[in-house]
Amino acid sequence: MCLAIPGKLLEISTDVHGVRMGRANFGGIVKQVCLEYTPEVETGDYVLVHVGFALSKVDEAEAERTYAALQQLDQLGELDTPDVLEPSESDHAFFNSSS
Amino acid sequence: MKYLDEYRDEELARKIVDEIRRITTRPWVLMEVCGGQTHSIVKYGIDRLLPNAIELVHGPGCPVCVTSLEMIDKAHAIAQRPDVIFCSFGDMLRVPGSECDLLVLKSRGADIRIVYSPIDCLKIARANPDKKVVFFAIGFETTAPSNAMAVFQAKKQGIANFSVLVSHVLVPPSIASILQSPLNRVQGFLGPGHVCTVMGYREYEPLAERFKVPIVITGFEPLDILEGVLMTIRQLEAGSWRVENQYPRVVNREGNRVAQDLVNKVFEVCDRKWRGVGSIPKSGYKLRYDFKEHDAERIFEVKEIDTQEPARCISGLVLRGVKKPHDCACFGKECTPEHPFGATMVSAEGACAAYYAYGRHLEANPQTADVA
Ligand code: SF4
Repeated sequence: MCLAIPGKLLEISTDVHGVRMGRANFGGIVKQVCLEYTPEVETGDYVLVHVGFALSKVDEAEAERTYAALQQLDQLGELDTPDVLEPSESDHAFFNSSS
Repeated sequence: MKYLDEYRDEELARKIVDEIRRITTRPWVLMEVCGGQTHSIVKYGIDRLLPNAIELVHGPGCPVCVTSLEMIDKAHAIAQRPDVIFCSFGDMLRVPGSECDLLVLKSRGADIRIVYSPIDCLKIARANPDKKVVFFAIGFETTAPSNAMAVFQAKKQGIANFSVLVSHVLVPPSIASILQSPLNRVQGFLGPGHVCTVMGYREYEPLAERFKVPIVITGFEPLDILEGVLMTIRQLEAGSWRVENQYPRVVNREGNRVAQDLVNKVFEVCDRKWRGVGSIPKSGYKLRYDFKEHDAERIFEVKEIDTQEPARCISGLVLRGVKKPHDCACFGKECTPEHPFGATMVSAEGACAAYYAYGRHLEANPQTADVA
């Protein structure tokens, strides 16, 4: 139940009770989200949504930085390879799930 | 970027695993705090990609699992009243109370409804003015802003027939309780990314300092978890204990101030009993007196119920990372998600249920020997 997933904000509105709401697209499924906690977000932004509430904006620059840093990893590794390595398990099945 | 697919890239996962292998010189025990992380780890087999020297133990971070039996029994007592519509997140329905679960009560005629969001309960309350609509407000800090908003709006909009049965739990006191235990084996933590989206990670800094443990706030996708492990191992190998943030795309040090303000307006900190663990001081939220008209515990005077868990269930030890599901003689035999005995089998995010869902009850105990 702690699932929170990113969705793209399609539309922002205010409901009859004055609550800031919006509609977000989660990989094809469109759902209503409450935007009271993310006053800064705009249409087109990605928001992290949990039980119908946007909890934060997904920071695009940070997302790219994390990803880019991971892609640099093997270059660092080559600079400083220790003498003894454990046997490689690179034939190990990655992400053994079907979904 | 769509922020999901990129973080499931197998080639990058391989690179991170290689780097972890390269820097690991001795055995380490890490705990992922959050049940969502446990689920990802078992689903993607992340614990099996790691070098044998690194053991992942699973933490207490499944709010469905740790909701106390007393609280479940209170929920059942309220849900059975003829004037009540009882609303809950779907994964609470199968959680066993002393006698049965909510699903059984529903089949006996109780009006029990699954909602996606607590805010949906306000619509139900408006549409059913002659009924009392009660929401079972459980969760960690991640869910607190949503539940707080439902209560706040109910008061503001004058929806008098809406109330919440609150059983909120907080992560930092549970980490402290794990680290204080003489049985503790955990040397580093993958911190709960979504809890910190709301709360920030300032409150983890005194914990890291006091117990000299690295805490790396970590996301939920396979690459997030692998990078969180890498950052934690780097710290352990270097002998440092800082709070680091692997998940900066949604977490910053301060958290979401707007959400924190409303949470503090609606809730106050209280002692809370955790299923399988016992009472932990200052480890939960309850409603403030200002919102007493929406407090189901005050509205329905449910007497304290004394309850007992099956003696053979070791879920309390599983929740604290002392034992794994395979160490339990009942795991996958008498105890299954269909007939759960204890806390960690009751929700898909519990360690026993996650192991079961991905077929690990069919395997021999893989741990031990080369780890210790
Ligand atoms: S398998 Fe069942 S009985 Fe054993 S620890 Fe897990 S929840 Fe308890």
